[in-house]
Amino acid sequence: MIRRRLANVFKYVFLFAAALLSIFPLLWMAVSATNSSVDVVTGRLLPGTYLLENFRKLAETHNIGLAMWNSFRNALAATAASLVVCSIAGYGFEIYYDKGKDFLMRILLLSMMIPFAAIMIPLFMMVGKMGLLNTTTAFVLPTVSTAFLIFLFRQSARYFPPDIIEAARLEGMSELGIFFRMYVPIMRSTYVTAGIITFMNAWNSYLWPLIIMQSKDSIVMPLLISNLIAGYVTDYGMVMLGVTLSVLPTVIIFLLLQNSFAEGILSSMR
Amino acid sequence: MGQVLTLKRRQNLIGWLFIVPASVLIFIFYFYPIVRAALLSFQTGVGVNLQYAGLFNYQRLLADNVLKTSITNVFIFLIIQVPVMLTLALILASLLNDPNLKFRGFFRTALFLPCATSLVSYAIVFRSLFALDGLVNFVLTSLNIVERPINWIGNPWTARALIIIALTWRWTGYNMVFYLAGLQNIDRSIYEAALIDGASGFTRFTRITVPLLKPIILLTSIMSTNGTLQLFDETMNLTNGGPANATLSVSVYLPAVLPVFTKVRLCRGHLLCDLCHGGCTLFHPNEGG
Repeated sequence: MIRRRLANVFKYVFLFAAALLSIFPLLWMAVSATNSSVDVVTGRLLPGTYLLENFRKLAETHNIGLAMWNSFRNALAATAASLVVCSIAGYGFEIYYDKGKDFLMRILLLSMMIPFAAIMIPLFMMVGKMGLLNTTTAFVLPTVSTAFLIFLFRQSARYFPPDIIEAARLEGMSELGIFFRMYVPIMRSTYVTAGIITFMNAWNSYLWPLIIMQSKDSIVMPLLISNLIAGYVTDYGMVMLGVTLSVLPTVIIFLLLQNSFAEGILSSMR
Repeated sequence: MGQVLTLKRRQNLIGWLFIVPASVLIFIFYFYPIVRAALLSFQTGVGVNLQYAGLFNYQRLLADNVLKTSITNVFIFLIIQVPVMLTLALILASLLNDPNLKFRGFFRTALFLPCATSLVSYAIVFRSLFALDGLVNFVLTSLNIVERPINWIGNPWTARALIIIALTWRWTGYNMVFYLAGLQNIDRSIYEAALIDGASGFTRFTRITVPLLKPIILLTSIMSTNGTLQLFDETMNLTNGGPANATLSVSVYLPAVLPVFTKVRLCRGHLLCDLCHGGCTLFHPNEGG
């Protein structure tokens, strides 16, 4: 009995320790954003009064507003484009199923095996030739259509009742009309999941913008915070404020839509 | 009858129209570039003046010691980090699977939260925490655990350890979610029967949880292996491949070879890509099926 109670205590201690280790770096990041560089280094763990000062320094040395706006615009464009293109394809693959389409889907899935680093340079050359460097279009194009999202929407179309389609056809609704007026509203949760995943990936994307966003005006958040530590002297308070600002949108989305997020990860393994 | 057929055919055609845009985009932005990369690996030259060079690039790569170092590094990360992380994720998931556990929601959210941070952001947070004058060293020296601050990113093995710690922090919760989902499919009565038979927690873990989760463990191993092979954001921002290439990963070496695309020989980089691709395919026998 004592042994079991001891095991129980140990379990909670272990879980609390793990949870603390998980949260601590983020908590420290947020707290440090309000402290001066010296306080950050000497391990001050309480919120300070340097938030505005850090913000002023950050805004003076880096164009944080522009980077935020660029990141938002790029991520929103990527999300909107992906959702339209991939959901209609996923729907098409499932609802109008035949052997030819099934074969094509198998080929498309092979693209998930291609690591980005392997196609980065040809992609860069293509985008360069099209004169699209530094543009949102260049940011979005390679990730508009992904096998993962098509697959996700194909799986969800499997649970879309065929009776609805038949009824709508009898009513004389067009095929595109059925998709937009029936499938899209019913599958709202799939869209939320897919939207979160796409938005987060686009917001956090680093390697691709690192290559194509060469002008100062096209900078995005991951590039900006990567630049923050480039100097010899690091102002930790300022760095942590920058990092906090870059993490804030995704953490808020995560906390609000936690379950859809977990579902999204899981739907990839069904 | 004839009308039904044409209707079917019409619908079939519309189906193709629905899938064509997405499919064409994947062919243009995935398959064409990979073929292009493969072709380019047999060419050499500067900028657009490319000539066929046979296996020249391959010979050069085989002689490239930095590439060998970067491959070795990636495998060191792989061998140490992936098993540690997956074991930890499995233990946490089986603890969280207990329906009587208090604060279950809190634990789940807390452990999963690191997944919401971008790779660059957490790399920089960790870099600051583990800086020479950073918090970790401050605590360690204050508690007299170490005499002098550890130069985490200055020594090969501490730098590698730092990458491994950071990767484990970011990805353990992610893998835990997969295990949690898998555990929900295991019938509770199996555990209850084992409990009646007097099986200890450890026995239940090794004899029930692990064998029944085997397919998911395989899946997460493949995903983590793939992720580690493509390691870029962390090594770039945490240690910048240093010190003396001790944490250089293949994906970081690649842009390092090509700082300015027009000035540097293109094809060497391409071959690197192909090699990386080969590595991934090697570890990806089942994907896409």
